[in-house]
Amino acid sequence: MSGFTALLARDLRLVWRRPGDVMVVLAFFVVATVLFPLGIGPETNLLARIAAGILWCAALFAALLSLDRLFAADYEDGALDLLLLAPWPLELAALAKCLAHWIVTGLPLAVLAPFMGLLFGLSGEGLAALGLTLLVGTPALSLIGGLAAALTLGARRGGALLALLALPLCVPTLIFGAGAVEAVATGGGFLTHLAILGALALLSLATLPWAIAAALRQAGE
Amino acid sequence: MSHTPFIIGAYVVALLGFGGLLVASLLARRRIKRELGHRGLERR
Amino acid sequence: MASLHVLANPARFRRFSQKVLPVLSGATALVLAVGLYLALVESPPDYQQGETVRIMFIHVPSAWLAMAGYALLAGLGAALLVWRHPLAALMARAAAPVGAVFAAVCLLTGSLWGRPMWGTYWVWDARLTSMLLLFFLYLGHIALSRAYDDAERGDRAAAILALVGVINLPVIKFSVDWWNTLHQPASVMKLGGPSIHPAILTPLMVMAAALLLLFVVLVMVRTETEIDRRRLDAAERAQ
Repeated sequence: MSGFTALLARDLRLVWRRPGDVMVVLAFFVVATVLFPLGIGPETNLLARIAAGILWCAALFAALLSLDRLFAADYEDGALDLLLLAPWPLELAALAKCLAHWIVTGLPLAVLAPFMGLLFGLSGEGLAALGLTLLVGTPALSLIGGLAAALTLGARRGGALLALLALPLCVPTLIFGAGAVEAVATGGGFLTHLAILGALALLSLATLPWAIAAALRQAGE
Repeated sequence: MSHTPFIIGAYVVALLGFGGLLVASLLARRRIKRELGHRGLERR
Repeated sequence: MASLHVLANPARFRRFSQKVLPVLSGATALVLAVGLYLALVESPPDYQQGETVRIMFIHVPSAWLAMAGYALLAGLGAALLVWRHPLAALMARAAAPVGAVFAAVCLLTGSLWGRPMWGTYWVWDARLTSMLLLFFLYLGHIALSRAYDDAERGDRAAAILALVGVINLPVIKFSVDWWNTLHQPASVMKLGGPSIHPAILTPLMVMAAALLLLFVVLVMVRTETEIDRRRLDAAERAQ
């Protein structure tokens, strides 16, 4: 377990030393969400109606945008080879990397999104639901994106390919995340949505570290 | 509204999709075989 | 001479396919001819869908084969990752575009069926949406397997993707169904329906057999090509 915490602490330290990387992702999220009212028009009713979907999609894109460097630096400087040789399971290393990614992007996005929701005229309950669903759902996004990042290590067209691989797999998370927020507005079913969203996150947690480790192993071969 | 154009359209789409893939696959196989032949690697 | 060992199995496949492929191609042409005759001439118009039911004879088998094709990709992926079966990688590379074309034909014919029946080319129907996502999974597999200069890396990465994808497919299907019932008024007529008249079922099954044969022929032809291409690459690198 000490390897896990050490890797996690190292990744967080690296981000802490260069906070600009995280800020760019959050700025992207803010700018991207603001573009929608500008494109669609300032009708409050319409915006409140589509806020959940837009904020969830923007959070999904922001999370993916920051993922293509998740393993790339370790791959290039040889740290990945050390992880492959380490005496503790690579699955834990994969989990630590994804957890670090979630702490520096998923968590801030979940905090920031309700404030953006204010601009869309979401109700107080809607805002709380938005933050809560992102809190529960973004770990799944970090893991799915982590798998796509591991699969595309050293590939040509890495970034666009990563999005192409990850987006279809993110569909269930998006449906239940945005659906839960919408359920608050239309009345009923919020807890069901949230429970399924949690189940999806747990399913990702239970399966994807193995897939990511397998992808990293074949990248290191 | 007449449905016939849509039925014909669907069969044309299938013909283009499946037929196009078949022709492309056969052409690719022939090209590779010829290239192997140039290198004296073909086997019979 | 490690490369010769790797090619041992594919070489056996090649001999096998050279024997089987002519027979299989003939059978495909024959069954397809019978199927098209049954579908376009022999079968009566459906009492609900009218003549438009004839689109179903391509659309439904394409959907079946697109789904079966992804299961095949996952099986080949497991064969590559678990048993390091060298032929599996080449066959997966050959099969992915075939599956993608079947999914695309399914979507396009479904759309052409939807215009006269539903009055619109696209409905966010649960089945159509799932098929669209399956098509995207195929695109990802194709793009990933061809994204590396080292072809074998692409094979292994795509194999992992296929396995994760096949686990995800039921989850995607479930969530799209959920999403659909939540957002769609249940007025949309479902494809197929609960009971299918035998007059419709016979041409459907014959066409399904014909397209299955076509699928197999396509995969075999393309696998032969991939085997030869790998040999060509190996020869090029040896120089």
